[in-house]
Amino acid sequence: MGLTRHIEGRHSNSITDVKFTVALMGNPNVGKSTVFNALTGLSRHTGNWTGKTVDSAAGFMKDDSGIEIYDLPGCYSLDATSPEEEIARDFIMSGKADCTVIVCDASCLERNLNIVLQTLDITKKAIICVNLVDEAQKHGITVDGNALSKLLGVPVFLTNASKKEGLSELSKGIRESVSAKHDSPERPQCPPASRWKDAESISKLVVSTDTDAQGARQLKLDRLLTGRITGKLIMLLMLSLVFFITMVGANYPSELLSRLFDFLLESIRSGLNGLCVSERFVSAICDGMLSTLMTVVSVMLPPMAIFFPLFTFMEDIGLLPRIAFNLDRSFSKCGSCGKQALTCCMGFGCNAAGVIGCRIIESPKERLIAILTNSFIPCNGRFPTLTALITVFFAAGAGVLSGITHALILTGLILLSLCAVFAASKLLSCTVLRGQRSSFILELPPFRKPRIGQLIIRSVLDRTLFVLARAVIVAIPAGLVIWLLKNCGGEVSWLDSLVGMLNPIGRVMGMDGVILMAFILGIPANELVMPLMLMIYSGAGTFSGFGAESLPLILSANGWGLNTAICVLLLMLFHSPCATTLLTIKKETHSFGWTFLAFLLPSLTGVALCLVFNVLWQAFGLS
Amino acid sequence: MEEKIVKLSQLPPYGTAEVAFIKECTIKRRLSGLGINEGAQLIRLFSASGGDPTAYSVRGTVVALRKSDAENIMVRGVDKWV
Repeated sequence: MGLTRHIEGRHSNSITDVKFTVALMGNPNVGKSTVFNALTGLSRHTGNWTGKTVDSAAGFMKDDSGIEIYDLPGCYSLDATSPEEEIARDFIMSGKADCTVIVCDASCLERNLNIVLQTLDITKKAIICVNLVDEAQKHGITVDGNALSKLLGVPVFLTNASKKEGLSELSKGIRESVSAKHDSPERPQCPPASRWKDAESISKLVVSTDTDAQGARQLKLDRLLTGRITGKLIMLLMLSLVFFITMVGANYPSELLSRLFDFLLESIRSGLNGLCVSERFVSAICDGMLSTLMTVVSVMLPPMAIFFPLFTFMEDIGLLPRIAFNLDRSFSKCGSCGKQALTCCMGFGCNAAGVIGCRIIESPKERLIAILTNSFIPCNGRFPTLTALITVFFAAGAGVLSGITHALILTGLILLSLCAVFAASKLLSCTVLRGQRSSFILELPPFRKPRIGQLIIRSVLDRTLFVLARAVIVAIPAGLVIWLLKNCGGEVSWLDSLVGMLNPIGRVMGMDGVILMAFILGIPANELVMPLMLMIYSGAGTFSGFGAESLPLILSANGWGLNTAICVLLLMLFHSPCATTLLTIKKETHSFGWTFLAFLLPSLTGVALCLVFNVLWQAFGLS
Repeated sequence: MEEKIVKLSQLPPYGTAEVAFIKECTIKRRLSGLGINEGAQLIRLFSASGGDPTAYSVRGTVVALRKSDAENIMVRGVDKWV
């Protein structure tokens, strides 16, 4: 989800000279990225949980003042107890920044003051930005900015970054600070031992508290979400509900898009034919590249455009840390920790993003377990294939009833993949990754009301279009490869001979050579598997649309039964991670060995499950 | 009156206490970064649906800790909240 965007993170029309450098730092989940986005006009992903941003980004301030802002990963102190803290500390210590902006959460200023005091000791110029003041107000907390500024001797700005309040003052303050000749006034250094005492006394002087009605409501909600029975029940219901909305909502637009594309494709074909270019060339463009591309878009776009906003909603509201909290016990029994639940959730969006997210896990052993097992969670590229197959092969009733059945089947499959994550984690922690049981320390942020409009725009623009663009980039060459394989060779095309070779292996696994071929060619992106499969089935040059009506016909014409569908579903859940994910794993682990294991683990699981299922199916004579 | 010092994990639900000291352990510095250090006021909140970990309120935030980690934190002045 927005993988490269994070790393690039620069203004496209950037001014060439950097006149000043400003560092943005503070505790995790205080809204640093929101402040960063507001100051620079960039769009880093934000979410209501600790560790959402694990890397740093840079961007120029919107006002063309030549001030470059570095968004450092959030950290609780500068003692360097984690890689993120080390990055932040090294950057501050290097003196690269002309000014350091320390972002604080108004509702827990005391906790934030620890890092403020630490930073003020080692920086020359600093500005304090007390963010989330409106949220604090709801909890009956008010911060006196002027008093805080007097006590600390540095400028203090109160902001609501998400509503863009107080930001013009903040940027003015930054501009004044970087161009000022004099440094912040010297403060007496405070010894580390008394830093928390100082934080307490400063906080007492500047923070006034009122009765906290909101807090009591939040506590009630928390008790419900973490209750012995209600906790698990609500989590399951939410999961099913998300799938239900995604599946029911995606059907109609998918069908519409596929019809529109059929029409477009025919227009383009007749247009090209009219230009008197060679027939083979037209076929390569239309039947190869364009039809693969259009199938990818019509199958992938609608479910993604519905799923991503729903997922972002759960992220913004603060639900993810509660899921990690509830699942920690189960994960700890498998030699891992609850934070793996967070990385699994990110895996639903994109496994590569999930693998990067594993940086939030402190213990190296547990981080590796989380990286190696992330591909067991079906990503957004595999989701639409799962939903399409379930819709075709598990028809039950009509309307809402069938929607509910489909959503429950999908929930079942997700639970199966979650079980596989547990089993694989247990296996790894008992064999290659033995080690000490470590700890689990996680902050549970307050629930926050997400801004729906913003949420939809961001998740559609940043996530959906980003993931789709990546799929489209690989779809065009993959379509061409298939077309070439189909149309080259003598009597028997290369594709047919390859499929013929794979056929016996496919049969043992309860499917056929075409399906295996599609899985192999689909390694660059999971989105391709289903479209490629249909391309191969459709035969040379006779391409017709793949709408919801034609899909069952094509599949059954090629010998698909219920058992084939189940085997494909199993293999779809468990097979090699896509090329992007494999590259990311290599980058994160710095090891070919671990990358190979990350490839082997899900692949073997999938093949084994298909074999076992097929043997059982045959044994009971169901086919 | 001599004050009793107990493990944080023995704090009753919704009980408050003050941290007396933290035993030497690998997470001591990380706990300190989160504001869990000598003199900090803690309130035990709710536990996860499986019974472990447990959420504690400290310095205006909520932090979840496993029982095995909470055993390293010694508290005194245990009192019932609300």
